[in-house]
Parts: sequence; structure tokens; C-alpha cells
Amino acid sequence: MTDAASTHSPGSGPTGPRSYMPSLQQRQRLRRWRAAKDWCGKGTIAIFGIGVIVTLVLMFVYLFSETAPIFGSAEMEAVGRYDAPGADGAPTLHTAMERYRQVAVRFTDDARAVFFYPTTGEVISEEVLNRPEGVNVTDFATGEARSRLVGYGLDDGTAIFLRHDYDISYPGGERQIAPKITYPEGNGEPLDVFAEEGYALDVIGVQRGGLGTAIIAANNEHEQLRVVLFKEDEDFLTGDVTVERQVYEMPWPEEGVEVTQILMNTTMRNLFVGGADGRLHYYDISNRRNPRLVASERAIQGGDAEVTAMDFLLGAVSIIAGGSDGSVSQWFLARNEQGERRLTQIRSFEPHGAPVTSIGPEHARKGFATAAADGTVQLHHATSDRTLARLNLGDEIEVDSVSMAPRQNGMLIVGEDGGFRYLDVRNPHPEISFSALWQKVWYEGRNNPDYVWQSSSATQEFEPKFSMVPLTVGTLKAAFYAMLFAAPLAILAAIYSAYFMAPRMRTVTKPTIEIMEALPTVILGFLAGLWAAPYFENNLPAIFSILLLTPISFIVAAWLWTRVIPAGVSGRVPAGWEGALLIPVVLAVGWFAVSMSPLLEVWFFGGDMRQWLTDQGITYDQRNALVVGMAMGFAVIPTIYSISEDAIFNVPKHLTQGALALGATPWQAVVTVVLLTASPGIFSAVMIGFGRAVGETMIVLMATGNSPVVNFNIFEGMRTLSANIAVEMPEAAVGGTHYRILFLAALVLFLMTFVLNTIAEVVRHRLRKKYSSL
Amino acid sequence: MRNWFNRGIPWIWLNAGAVAISLVLVVGLFGHIVFTGLQHFWPSNIVAFDYAEPGDEPVSVMGEVDRSEVLSVQAAQQRGFQVDEDGDLITRHRIKRGNRDITDRDFTWYVQENMSEWEYPEDAVRVERRQWGDFYGYLREVRVGGDVVAEGDEAWERFDSLFAENVPRIEEIGRIERVEIGNVNAEIEEVRLAQRRLQADETLSEPEREERSQALREERERWEAEYDQLVERRNELLEDIERFEAVFETAEGHRATMPLGDIVKPSRPNAMSIGEKTVFYVGEFWDFVSGYPREANTEGGILPAIFGTVFMTLVMAVFVTPFGVLAAIYMREYAKQGPLIRMIRISVNNLAGVPSIVFGVFGLGFFVYFMGGGIDQFFYAERLPSPTFGKGGVLWASLTLALLTLPVVIVSTEEGLARIPGSIRHGALALGATKGEMLWRTVVPLATPAMITGLILAVARAAGEVAPLMLVGVVKLAPALPVDGNFPFFHLDRSFMHLGFHIYDVGFQSPNVEAGRPLVYATALILVMVIIVLNLTAIIIRNHLRERFRAESD
Repeated sequence: MTDAASTHSPGSGPTGPRSYMPSLQQRQRLRRWRAAKDWCGKGTIAIFGIGVIVTLVLMFVYLFSETAPIFGSAEMEAVGRYDAPGADGAPTLHTAMERYRQVAVRFTDDARAVFFYPTTGEVISEEVLNRPEGVNVTDFATGEARSRLVGYGLDDGTAIFLRHDYDISYPGGERQIAPKITYPEGNGEPLDVFAEEGYALDVIGVQRGGLGTAIIAANNEHEQLRVVLFKEDEDFLTGDVTVERQVYEMPWPEEGVEVTQILMNTTMRNLFVGGADGRLHYYDISNRRNPRLVASERAIQGGDAEVTAMDFLLGAVSIIAGGSDGSVSQWFLARNEQGERRLTQIRSFEPHGAPVTSIGPEHARKGFATAAADGTVQLHHATSDRTLARLNLGDEIEVDSVSMAPRQNGMLIVGEDGGFRYLDVRNPHPEISFSALWQKVWYEGRNNPDYVWQSSSATQEFEPKFSMVPLTVGTLKAAFYAMLFAAPLAILAAIYSAYFMAPRMRTVTKPTIEIMEALPTVILGFLAGLWAAPYFENNLPAIFSILLLTPISFIVAAWLWTRVIPAGVSGRVPAGWEGALLIPVVLAVGWFAVSMSPLLEVWFFGGDMRQWLTDQGITYDQRNALVVGMAMGFAVIPTIYSISEDAIFNVPKHLTQGALALGATPWQAVVTVVLLTASPGIFSAVMIGFGRAVGETMIVLMATGNSPVVNFNIFEGMRTLSANIAVEMPEAAVGGTHYRILFLAALVLFLMTFVLNTIAEVVRHRLRKKYSSL
Repeated sequence: MRNWFNRGIPWIWLNAGAVAISLVLVVGLFGHIVFTGLQHFWPSNIVAFDYAEPGDEPVSVMGEVDRSEVLSVQAAQQRGFQVDEDGDLITRHRIKRGNRDITDRDFTWYVQENMSEWEYPEDAVRVERRQWGDFYGYLREVRVGGDVVAEGDEAWERFDSLFAENVPRIEEIGRIERVEIGNVNAEIEEVRLAQRRLQADETLSEPEREERSQALREERERWEAEYDQLVERRNELLEDIERFEAVFETAEGHRATMPLGDIVKPSRPNAMSIGEKTVFYVGEFWDFVSGYPREANTEGGILPAIFGTVFMTLVMAVFVTPFGVLAAIYMREYAKQGPLIRMIRISVNNLAGVPSIVFGVFGLGFFVYFMGGGIDQFFYAERLPSPTFGKGGVLWASLTLALLTLPVVIVSTEEGLARIPGSIRHGALALGATKGEMLWRTVVPLATPAMITGLILAVARAAGEVAPLMLVGVVKLAPALPVDGNFPFFHLDRSFMHLGFHIYDVGFQSPNVEAGRPLVYATALILVMVIIVLNLTAIIIRNHLRERFRAESD
């Protein structure tokens, strides 16, 4: 305020000296303007501040929202209901859709293929198959789901084998699909199976693989089981294909047993037969001239149990068997304890209340739908052992057939009443369940349940293996070895530099160790992977002798310095510089150990310690937990050191002074007073260090070899959650199950470190309060 | 003795030992990086010797000694060496033989016991080549257009002058290929996009459309003509250079003819004095820092990686500074100091401990796929299905890192604000300042150094972070820098190269890890230097700040 303003009232008369103070209105305006500015500033800052906080919350919410869908179940919604297309009273044996769900096909009991629109049931075209006059259809079979192959068994001993195909064209940018029937074998003429004998094909199975087409048929009356192989040979010069018909007789499973189902895998080495005795019979036909009935396993329990439905899952490895008791179970070949391949029951699914009538496998995943005579339809997934959805059409309606759309987004159900139901299916993530993530899972082609992480492969039939156990174990293993290395070193160093070290040395030591925290971990990782890993491999004895010799050498050095060297010499170095004195000792021990390393190998390990370890049965990977532990230990030493040093340093001095006054030695004062008081601080330092080790990515990515194994061997590698994300995230399909599981891994890491840090923070906060009250 | 133990002296020494180990580790680590990183550019002498395993014919070997080690005879035999079994230990040397195109392996171990005396031939030549890594041999002839113009002793001088003569040509070719053709291609792409936009535009009448599309076609032809011209000019230059050839002979006696255009830098280290070596060393270092990578990044320079790192960090700083500072001011000065804000403060603090890869996952899902995908739909529909912002790029990388470093800036700024004595605030308010004025005129200026400290720490952290970048935009080889002469000059959608990722990529993903290793060390050295300098600056500012406030509050 100027003098003028205080002595002259505003707006004083024109006679007085001119006032420099603004007029009342001006001041009011100015004040309003300032108030507005203040308000705006406050608003802007509040928006930014709250915005930042919201963003951070958003991060958590987003991670969670990307993860949540994998725990959802499937939805099925009926979108079409109509009578059998091309109505004629003939029962429907099988239905299928093409990949865009624009066209569907229905195979009838009187050997016709009716193509229709699945949404409305309107018929597009109809094809009458070449069935001799007066001959009836006895059975019907399909090949592996994706192959679109079907076969009719006829009562004159012949079979019709065909494929439904779809020509897709884009005239004018619009998709048009023209359905047609093709014949991979013969030209639509019935194929001879039991024609000579004139036996009916009571049960038929069809398959097509690298060898050609196989038709397997059984006649229950005469107990005849026969494989007819139309073997195809391609002349690799001309490209001409010649077909040779080969007939192989199979032994009948057991006298008096009626065969109900037949399946053969695509390599044509294994044949599976389901019987009316409730058993599954496994034939080894890799030598087709000498087929062997290897074993019969009871699949369906109960007296008059019968295998009523049976089909392959995608890839033709697993068999799903449905029984007359409503049970649904998965089977495949696995070696038993004696090393023999046996058809083994892997798991069973939620049963139906009535005999299972139809199984509809998915075309791109290991999922399938089952239908039963009581009008229930269920959607299952094999790997995750989940039943995802259920539908009840009403007690009276027996479901004849159920089939999945190739992209598993639709389903066709045919009831016994001939009515068609067309459903939209939303089943995006059936592969995930608690058991699939955290428990041992018996994967296809393996002999035991196991924890496996293998997210992708080149083939389509691949069963993704999403066990989080190897990754979690790997994460903990890496963090554990890192802490084993870092925690003692950092805490001991912290005790010394906070309590014993000379202040001048401390001003150098503390920043030097702390600046390590800023060192990019990619550099540590590269040194660990490219320098340390091969170096350790070649100088293993050096590493272990350093670990052993350094503590001993310190104590020896202490003895020499305090007891042996005359006080006149040792007295020149003031107390608190022991750390500096020991640096040459460390260097000397290191040099000694390295130069002794080859000799130690010669003396104790037959010249090569790595080889010696292997001979002892210890697996040794070059990039192993030892290397990672040291490299990551390096990364967390500064964190632990810095926080615990602060905690120890800030212990009120009068506490230790009291202890010393009572006659305690400095070391006793440290152990009994300082460490006890500072222990929460040290605990939180270890927590934060552990959190850092758990989430560290680059070091483990570069120094572990990234193999997802479950063990704690210090000489083997591992794969951690974080490295796994870094490796696989760029390749994961957006929105897919794999993608979301990686999000889950990120969320787990996020929560884990967040909780660890929060605990540490709260502990530290309490400690600070305690110090100020002491 | 017992008393000695009871007094705890050995335990104190053990603690002291932990400090000693930590210090040795830290200093040793930095020393290792600095030494190995700097050593790479030194033109070390080329050794030549004859090597014969017992019972074998001797072969001539020439190259640089890469590394030596001692190992037991058994271990050596296990690794496939034939050595006599007198004595337990042997020394082996790894020789960088180069000549990857002639011999199959450019790094080979040789056991010292089987070597003849080492020689350092004066006329041994090391040639840094555009392809196949380094070449070691003797210069025999210089040819121009197929005719020998110099051979024997005078060859080197002639070769040196011819090479110096041709350097401008080689540089021009490089410029044409990298800059000018790139520019023309960018223009052609622009025209193509304009054509697609035109087709999608339904408001235009038919003749109008025809007219514009005609104009675009003409423009396109013009650019294509320019392109052809550039290619022609390049080919002319190439032809000029290809007339000059040098004929070398390797240690094994293999003759190799090398066009001058394939040579990056020839040198005769054995004939150099220390002074010459120093000059050469500085030149090599400069080439490394200012050059472009070659041969899957295992040779050449790292300019794009340095540029990418710096640019990405700068963009990040632009985002993180206002948000971090304003959020800190809000939390410290405006928000009600209750349990809620304390909780938020702890959360923000803890966010600094959340693994960086988690931020990367968030960045990929939210920024790249969600936001980037959305931006593409609305603004770059004509480029679809090839994504513009819907893939990793500088923008998303810097945003992700901004999130990652936000806690650093907030915590640092808050600390700075908290340290400002209340008397300063009260004084300002007592003089009638509004809260905003008080903050803006007194508190914020005083806290500026704290903010700068936070920013520097954030930049240092961001510069060293690699894991999240691998998900949101870093690539092993970026076709173009994110800044160039084409409108709009800053291309935030482009992916970029990064020093840290370069280390990972060359060290672990490249086909020839051994050849790239020195380069990895050198890159690591540069990265460490940048980060140490940044951190030291922050520490100095902070210490300075503490002193100042200590003085003021007294």
C-alpha cells in the first residue's frame, strides 16, 4: 500500500493531489477479476489433480475389465425355431453349418441332403443321394468335425461317403455361398463294405487321413467288424492318384456284445468301438494286417449300460463318450504305469438325467455340446473341465442331434418331434477355470496330469495349456534367489553404514550404492545373460569359493587388524573405515578364487564342474537361477539398503546412548536396541525389495532362458509372469483368451506388488510415528 | 579370542565386509561397462600366428584377440581341443578372425600351447565392410575398371587416396537412399491416400471427381518420375564407384576382390602410432554415435536409437510435467487433508513400485488398441486396414511412460511443496494475495527446483525403461525417424528405436550375438552415461535445494 492510498480517501475532490489508487469500481473489478482467476486456477488444478487420480484408478479398472470376461460362462439364445426344412417326415440324422452360418445342411434318414438357411429354415437346395431302390439307411457317421465328411450305412452292405462343401464368392463385394455335395471316394456310387456277404451296416464309422478314406462297419448279427481302406497313392511325377481298396477284418470285441459306436483316428492307427455293454474297446491297428484288440474299458456304469453317443474332439485324439445313464466322459490313449498305451478316462462332466443322444464337437477348440433324451443340451469344455451352459427344451422332447457352428457361435438342435432350434452361442472363453489355471490338468497326449504353460503352437488342433503354476513358481523362484543374495548383503551393509561407518565415508558410500537403483535393468540383464551366464558356467568353483571364502576372510582380516597388527599401525585408521579396509580383501579373495578355479576343477571335479554336476544328475542350464538371483539381487540391493539404512539411521540416538551407558558393547547395542527398534523398517525394505524382484522383467527375460518349468533348482532357469507377458503379449490375438490371461497375469502382478508396497508403507509410517514419540 | 567374539568385533567387520562387497560390485559393474564399452573402438593390433593341433598341419590365423581365459586340460578336451596332457592348465584365446563370408565362423578359440609366436605384421589390414562384418587380410592390388593400377608396397597409399576420393560419392548414395527416396515415397503415399479419400467422398459430383482424380494422377506421375531420376542418379554413382576394386589376401592365402563401395573404413592398426590410433578412435566413436545401424543392428551406429530415446522421453516430459505438478499442487494445497487424501498419497507412492510391464500391458490394451483403434476409425479411415495410431508408436510409448513416471514427479513436487515454510504462505496471504496468487507467485517458484528434480528423475527412469516399450511401440529397426522434413514433421504415430531395446535386441535376438557384443557394451555405456548424468543432476539440484531451505528456515 502506498502512502497516498492511506491518507487520501478514494474519489477525493479534484482539488487534492491526484490519487494513484484506482477508483472503487476499478478496485471492485480488479477484485472480481482476481477472484475469477483464483477460481479458474483452483478449478484447473482440481481437474488435473482429480484427473490424475481418476487415471490411476482407471488403470486398475481397465486391467480388471479386460480380465473379467474369462470368468464368465456361456450364453445360448434361441433365435430360430422351425419345422424340419424340406418337410417330409423323414427323421434328421445330422446337421451342420458352414463357417459364416449362412447355410446349413440336414442329412435325412432317406439319404437326402437338404441345404437351408439356419435362421429361417427356408430350403436352398436339396440333393438326393445315390441310394439303390428299396435299400434302407441303417446308420450314419461323421468324420472329424472340421472335415465335413459324412457316411451313410445301408442295409445292403454298402456305404455312401460324401462331403458337404461350400463355394464362397464375393460378386460385387457381397458374400455368396453355394453349397454342394462332393464325393472324395468313388463318384457317388455306394461303396462296397459287406456287399458280397449282404450284411447290413448296423454301425458305421468314417475317417479320412493321409492314407486315404476308411470306412469301418460292424454287423451285430454276424459279429463282423471290418475296415475298408481306400488307400490313395499319388504318383509324384505325374500327380495322378490311384486308389486301391483294401479290406481288413477286425476281431469282434466280445461274443454277444453289440457294437453301438465306431471311431477311427485320422492317422488310422487306433480304432475305438463303443459297445452296448457300456465299454469302450481299443484296437491298435498300426499294423492293419494284424489288428489287436488291446483293451476294453468300462466307460458307463450300471447293469444294462450302453455307450449311446461317441465322438472325437477337435484333433481326433480325445473321445467323448455319452452313456445310457446320462454320463459324459472324456477318454484318450495314455501310457499306464507299465508303459502300455491304454484308453484312459481323463475326466467326466456334469451328467444328463437321461441317455445321451448326441455329441456336437466344436471345430476350433476342445469344447463340445451334448444332448440327452430328456431334452437337455449342455455345453462343455474338456481342458477346463467346465460345463458352461445348459438348456432345457422340455421333458418330452428327446433331442436327436446337436451340432456346433464352425466358429462355435451357433448351434442347431433337432428334436425328436422334427422341430429345429437355431441358437446363437456366446462362449468366448471356455478354456479357463480355476482348475485349468491352478491345478494339475491332464492334457491330451500326456501320460499324467501336469502343470504346463504352453499357450500356442503351429497346429490348429493344439490344446492350449494355461497353467499359471509354472509362471508363479518361476516368479517366486527368481525373487527368492534374488532376495537370498540381496537381503543379507544389503541389510548388513545398511547396519554398518548407518551405525558404525565414519560420516565422511558414509557421504560417499550411500549415494554410490543408491545410484545403482537408477541403472537400467536392461543393462543388468544383458550383463547377466551375455557375460555372467557363460562366465559362471566356466568358473563355477570360483563362484562357490567366493561365497564361502569372503566371510571367512573378513573375520581373518578383522583378527589380523585388531589383534596382530601393532596398534601403532592400526590406530592410524580411525574407527568407521573398516569397510574401506576390506575392499582390498574382497578384491584379493575374488582374484584368488578366479585364478584357483581351474585348479579346483582339476582337483575335485574331474576337470569340469559343469560336467560333474550333470554326472551327478543335476540339470545345469547356462542361464539359471544363480545368475538371475545375482543380477536381480543387484537390482534390489540399493532399494533394500536405502530404506533399511534410513530406518536404522533414524533410530533415536538416546536409545543407543542409554544402552552404551549401561555397559553394552556397540555390537550389543546394535543387536538388542537398534535392530529391534528398526526391524519394522527393515521388514518393509525387504517387502519393497521383494516387490521389485517379483515384477522385474528385463533381467529375467534376458538371463533365465524363459522355459516354464516347475522346480526350485538353482542351476535351472524359469519363466516369470512378467517375462511371459513381455514374450507373448505382442503375439496374442486381441480379445482372445490368451490375451486376457496375460492381462490376468498383469493384474496379479499389479495387485501383488501393490499390496506388498502398501504393507511396507503402512509399517514404515507407524515406525516414523514411533520414532517421533520416543 | 572368546572375549573378542563376545564384543562382537568380527560381526562388525562382517557388516563392514557387506559394504565393501557392495561397493566393489557397484564400482566393478560400472568399471566393466565403461572399460569394455570404450575398448571396442580402440584399433587394437592385429595378430598373426600359425596354429597346429598335435598331428595337424599348421594353418595361418590372423585377427584381433577378443578375450583370453585359463582352463583345465580336461575342460579343454571336453570342448574339442587337441592338447598335450603335460600340465593341468592351459590358456586359450578367442580370436576375432572376421571374414565371415570366407570362413564360417568369425570368432574362434585357439589354445596358446598350439600357437606359434605372435606376430604383428605392419601391412595387415582391417576393413570394416557394409556386409559380412570385418575383413582381415593383406592388400595386394588396386584395380580401376579391371586394370591393376598399383600393387605391392605402393598399393596401400593408392588405395587410401582412392578411398578418400570416393567417400563423398558413398555419402551421396546414402543420402539419396535414406532421405530423398524416402521423401518421394512419402509424397506418393500421400497421393495414394488422397485418391482413396476422393473415392470415399460422396458429396462430389462425377465430373468434379474425375477432374480431381486426374490432377492426382498427374501428381503421382510427377513424383514417380522424380523417383526414377533419383534411382538413376544413385545407379550412376554406384557405377562410378564400382570401377574401383581392391584385391586382398587373407591369412590362409585366399584372394578376395572387394569393390570400394562395400568398404566403410579401412585401417592398418599395426602401422599406426598412438596418436593416429587416438584420432581413429575418436572417429570411430563419432561414427558410432552419429551413424545408422547396419547388418541387423550388429554393426554401424546407433543414431536412430539415441534419437528415439531422447524424442520419446521429451514427449513424455511434455505430458508428465503439467499433470504431475498440478496433481501434486492439488493434493498438497487444495485437497482436504483427510484419510482419503492420505490413502491416495500412499497409493500414488506405491504405484512407483508397480512393475513396469503392467503399465506396458495397460498401454497396449488401452492406448494402442482402444484409443488408437478409435482414432483410426474416425480420422484415418482411408488408411485402414493398415493401422496408423492403432499400433505401437511414440505417442503411446510416451503416454505409457508418463503414467509410469507420474508418481515420481508427484512425490518429488509434493516433497518440495511440503518443505516450503508456512511463514512464506502466511506472509503472502496476509498481504491480501488470493490462494492462487500466493501459490503462483511464492510457493511454486520456490518449489520449482523440486519439480525439476522430479522431472529429471522421471526422465532418467523413462530413458532406462524397456519392458513396457516392447509392448507399445519400440522396434528393432525403424524405417524412419519420428521427426523428419515431411508434413507434419513430428510423426507421433511412428514406431521408434530405443537404446535399451537395442541392447536387448542385439544382445539376444540378433543372428550373430558375438559380433554384436562390443556394440551392445558401447550402447550400454551410452545409456548408462545418459542416466547417470541425469541422476547426478537431480541429486545435485536436490542437495542444493536442501541447503537453501536450511539456510532460509534458520
